[in-house]
Amino acid sequence: MSEPNTQMKSTGELLTVPAVPPRVAGNTLLENTLPIIVALAIAAVVGDLLILTFGESPATVYRLLVEGTWGNAYGIGQVLYKATTLTFTGLAFALAGRAGLFNVGAESQLAMGGFVAGVVGMLLPAGTPGALGLLLCLVAAAAGGATVAAVPGALRARFGASEVIVTIMLNFVVLALLNWLVSAKIHVPETLHTPPINSGGVPRLSDLFAAFHGSAANWTIIIAITAALVSWWYLFRTRGGYELRAVGLQPDAAEYGGISVPRVIWVSMCMSGALAGLGGLNFVLGYKGYYEEGFAGGAGFLGIAVALVGRNHPFGILFAALLFATLSQGGLAVNALVPKQLTDILTAVVILAVATAVPEVQRQLRAAAANALAAFTRASAQRLATQRPSTKDDA
Amino acid sequence: MSAIAFLLQTIRIAIPYLLAAAGGVMSERVGIIALGLEGLMLSGAFGAAMGSYYGGSPWIGLLGALAAGLVMTGVLAIATLRFKANQVVVGVALNLLVVAVTRFFLRLVFDSASNSPRVPGFGGEGTANAMLASFANPVVWIGLVALPALGWLLYQTPFGLRARAVGEKPEAAVTLGINVGALRLKGLLLGGALASLGGAYLALDQHQFTDGMTAGRGFIALAAVIFGRWEPMRVAVACLLFAGAETLQIQLQGAQLVPSQFVEMIPYVLTIVALAGVVGRSVAPAALGKTE
Repeated sequence: MSEPNTQMKSTGELLTVPAVPPRVAGNTLLENTLPIIVALAIAAVVGDLLILTFGESPATVYRLLVEGTWGNAYGIGQVLYKATTLTFTGLAFALAGRAGLFNVGAESQLAMGGFVAGVVGMLLPAGTPGALGLLLCLVAAAAGGATVAAVPGALRARFGASEVIVTIMLNFVVLALLNWLVSAKIHVPETLHTPPINSGGVPRLSDLFAAFHGSAANWTIIIAITAALVSWWYLFRTRGGYELRAVGLQPDAAEYGGISVPRVIWVSMCMSGALAGLGGLNFVLGYKGYYEEGFAGGAGFLGIAVALVGRNHPFGILFAALLFATLSQGGLAVNALVPKQLTDILTAVVILAVATAVPEVQRQLRAAAANALAAFTRASAQRLATQRPSTKDDA
Repeated sequence: MSAIAFLLQTIRIAIPYLLAAAGGVMSERVGIIALGLEGLMLSGAFGAAMGSYYGGSPWIGLLGALAAGLVMTGVLAIATLRFKANQVVVGVALNLLVVAVTRFFLRLVFDSASNSPRVPGFGGEGTANAMLASFANPVVWIGLVALPALGWLLYQTPFGLRARAVGEKPEAAVTLGINVGALRLKGLLLGGALASLGGAYLALDQHQFTDGMTAGRGFIALAAVIFGRWEPMRVAVACLLFAGAETLQIQLQGAQLVPSQFVEMIPYVLTIVALAGVVGRSVAPAALGKTE
């Protein structure tokens, strides 16, 4: 989605005759943002209703939600911490999504990435320089996630097996495997976590900004932002990214254009898994300093929501990760008044609403655009009949 | 351990799988991906506990399960059929929604974070043989006949012929005057009802609702649907096979021959292998996941 220069005008404007033909089908800013706004509005209404059934005032609950998240440094720190993991899983889903693939396995790829990073950090000798340790853990996390995702990628590329089903099934397999490894092989007695890492730890944000004290926010967030920038650059500025998007949009045409579709599918799944795996660094290196059973805690599935709201665009994902992190942390802030599951419901409602609003709003906008195009054509014909139009055609 | 006891326990474990898998077959055969089975089961379990608690009878519990399951199926139908939302996303969202909604209402209605109070189930409480007593539960019998009945419905009735046509080639179905949307809605509702009964069985069998009590059974049912290649009788065999493996694991718990985690993996690994087509390829209905 390199920013198109023919940006969609508002629906009202389209009904009049524009000087330049409107884009009938394209990823325009309006097509991407309008459904999100509609979806958030729907979620807000559902939230109001639920709060009212609990006999509380929506205004009070929402104020508490905002105060408990963005109202103090600890809350902001917690939101940033949660957004960091969600950025990685959101990017993972989006990258595969751009290739036309559904990676529903980010949950287990995240867990595997965290586990491998934790084990590598644990095995490193105590004197290893921090930077080297971090680099090794980073590579390990990416490799761990990529390995898990390589399986559905290969099965899809080679046999056409549905990557949706394989990633879901593999979630259970990988999580059971990790559970066995941790409970039966490597764990600190009486716990379900591995021994602490010796090197590669990522400092907390509170080391530099004392106000964040107590929050889990750490410098992994820089790695997350870098991952978003690199993903954007890869998707929209490189040949590989171009091929990936071509396969996602129209595999047959891509194949005809000389792109090896199976290779692109496999490579995109591996990259997607690597991104999800990197998410494990946030908890393992940045927060606890060890791998703990169940740390992923649904962040892999929330990545789907993040990618959906971020419209599969790396920069949109950074925004969406903050949104869902706010909801997740906000649940804890309002728990005294309404069950914290309120925000989990809102999260699910946002996903459903976005999933339904995107095709619907796009249909409406495209119908409007098609009408406008027809009107434009008619008007041009009339204008041609009298004089040569002075418009420049950018098609 | 006698063979009879093994068989009875396998059937008990298999009932929710059989019901949910029947729902999954119905849904997928009309072209809608059944990723929401887990959520539908969980809503059925919650509805059953609510109905049984307030109605004082497990029969009202069954009605509650159907009501809750059908409401959730309605959400699914509106999103996928009316608005053509992506079925994978909607399925995942539905599962998240039901987990959150049941927890929310658990606190609202029963003021508990983890479980409902004890609710009436189907008979047999004072009976000597608890294993046999659970067969007094009518849901067991519904579960046992669900997939064979679905096989008959799909292959012996006009509805079944149309349903399969819609799932394989909706364009062709349209030219024959079949209302694809209406037929998919019927398939979804029937599937949702079956899956919610699977959840109801769990809640009524344990005499309460506990948070997240379906514990991935919806996904095992989905695995059975795929491993059984969308054919009702094969799917039934897959459910019994998965349940048998679980029974074996429970019986052998003391022996520690194989770690329990590896037994848990069996359904999923078998399904992945089936999809890869190593032995007899599993091929989905042609129009699965495609609306328009």
